Amino acid sequence: MVANEMILKGNEVNHEKALKSKLISKRRRIQLPQWGVAWLVLLPALIFLTLFMMYPIVNTFLSAFVQNYNYTDSAGSFAIGQFLAGVKGGNDMDMAFGLSNFKMALQDETFLRSIGNTAILVIIEVPLTIIVSLLIATFLNSIKVLKGFYQTIFFLPYVTNTIALGLVFNIVFSNSKGGLINILMAKMGKDPINWLSAKAYPGLEFQGPATRFHQGVVIVLYSLWNGIAFKILVFMSGLATIDSQYYNAAKIDGASNFTIWRRITLPLLSPQILYITITSFIGAFKMYTGVMAVYSGTTNGVKTAYYFGGDYGTEWIPVVGWIYKTLDYSKDKTGIASAASLILLAIIMVITAVQFAVSKKRVHY
Amino acid sequence: MAEHAQYFADDKARRVYLAKKILSRVFVYLFLTIFALFMLAPFVMMVAGSFINYESFHEFSISADFEYLGFAGGNWGFENYKQVFDVSSGSSVNFPVYFLNTFIVAIGSTTVTVVTAVLAGFAFARLEFKGKDALFALLLATMMIPGEMMVITNVMTVAQIGWENTFAALILVHGVSVFYVFYLRQTFSQIPNELYLAAKVDGVGDLGYLLKVMVPIAMPTITTIIILSMMGAWNSYVWPNLVASEGWKLNPEHSMKLVSNGLRDAFAINDSGATNKEAVKIAGSMVISAPLFIVFIAFRKYIMRGVSRSGIKG
Repeated sequence: MVANEMILKGNEVNHEKALKSKLISKRRRIQLPQWGVAWLVLLPALIFLTLFMMYPIVNTFLSAFVQNYNYTDSAGSFAIGQFLAGVKGGNDMDMAFGLSNFKMALQDETFLRSIGNTAILVIIEVPLTIIVSLLIATFLNSIKVLKGFYQTIFFLPYVTNTIALGLVFNIVFSNSKGGLINILMAKMGKDPINWLSAKAYPGLEFQGPATRFHQGVVIVLYSLWNGIAFKILVFMSGLATIDSQYYNAAKIDGASNFTIWRRITLPLLSPQILYITITSFIGAFKMYTGVMAVYSGTTNGVKTAYYFGGDYGTEWIPVVGWIYKTLDYSKDKTGIASAASLILLAIIMVITAVQFAVSKKRVHY
Repeated sequence: MAEHAQYFADDKARRVYLAKKILSRVFVYLFLTIFALFMLAPFVMMVAGSFINYESFHEFSISADFEYLGFAGGNWGFENYKQVFDVSSGSSVNFPVYFLNTFIVAIGSTTVTVVTAVLAGFAFARLEFKGKDALFALLLATMMIPGEMMVITNVMTVAQIGWENTFAALILVHGVSVFYVFYLRQTFSQIPNELYLAAKVDGVGDLGYLLKVMVPIAMPTITTIIILSMMGAWNSYVWPNLVASEGWKLNPEHSMKLVSNGLRDAFAINDSGATNKEAVKIAGSMVISAPLFIVFIAFRKYIMRGVSRSGIKG
């Protein structure tokens, strides 16, 4: 045995020696140094990254500060070009920098409305989805029978198409008598409700147009339906890492289930809760398709992609919806859209910073 | 919890404990079942509704008379699906074309994304070069900037270089995904360095090593990326809507829409706020959702692993 081991060791040494000498000889033959190979393989990614991610960040930032942004002036469509022209002093495009875009955005009633809408939806949606998914994850974690079955069902909304299922929600909450929810309403002896449409269903004129409240209910329910799958997945993986010793110790001490959840599960899950809270807030502030998807029906001439209820399609318009709508309807308003996106970025950054500050005391790593 | 039986003072205490236990079990399953039904209801509605002929569905909407949903009387069938795939001249929707477009974009963008991510991930995981850390930090930073800021300028760029309504705009603009680069770098770093040195001894170059050793070992991760990227293309709505909502450049008759955009705009609605083709829309939703379910069932493991690492949707 000992001899064998010595031979093995000797082989290893020989192998390493051979390796080193070969490496050295190899290196002499290869012409391209490693950093050359590195930049070569990075090149495709870097090209895309520079053109479509880095440059846009800079350009959008600059566009927000360009006064009287004018797209049709072809040389002026790139803010960075204007900026350089301005620096050189050869700027004959009557272009200046200032805060006019921010002013115009903040004077736009629909934009202010979109901020209000987003704020309302964020404040309701984020806590609701987090609490529900936390409860579901805790319950799922406590059962053995049918665990995988339930887990798959709760994950399903994640792999669906937002537009397709929004459309189904629209029909579930149809303003007709035959909508699933209105059938349930009838079973409870209530009149059918116009949930989403700006017009009453033919023959049911007493409904009137959908109220802001009813539309909001559907939007929140859809975001709950659409939003808990990922959160449950993250909470479940967090719960799986909690050592069962803590639970056993607490049980022997006679702690109730709620006490265990409150004193052991929640603190040990706090990193996941922080992660989910921050990503949920950011995601919710950028909501767009989830709101638009539940609307169908007549759009009163507004493009279907930018119809958010009501006569003018602006009832529940979110900030990102407003930005894309502005951009799509007129490229001359790129400056205003950029300014709005910077305002959104600022709001997100402030809220994230506050969350980090608050969490410092409460999160146990 | 039979193993705790010995700790109870008497039979009564044990019975109270068991009763509480059973009650809490019942509550847990009730809660989960109610929410599971809430989750499943739209799917049930979609599957069932897609097979109810749109005329019967419309009659039912008006009257809420369950007679129209009976299996007898030709209420059920494939009429809605026939309508979805109807490409006759009067039809405003053309799902076969939307499918073709989406396939082209899904395969194109997945190929580009995977190639760029594999190469970049390799550089960050295995190669040494100046500025590596700085570049990596820069990539990290771009992940924190909201995509909306990039979209605004990208719309301009696409218009400026004449890429509006082209596949190039749909495929190349999202040609690199920073998250996938990170994901692959992570996987590549776990491959032991000895393999790299051994390959060098055998005279295999850097790229040969990447293709012959690293890619096969990282195949599960690459599979996850391929699936998530395909699903992303299948579900993409915002970007195609902004840059490719019309016809092909060369053939304006030929719609450039992808499936989600096609579905959203499908079946124009009359002025009274009602459509008599709701059920056809449901069938359209079904047609778009079914491939996703098949992929999910087949690749559940890969999808859930990738998703729990990232939190990206499409």
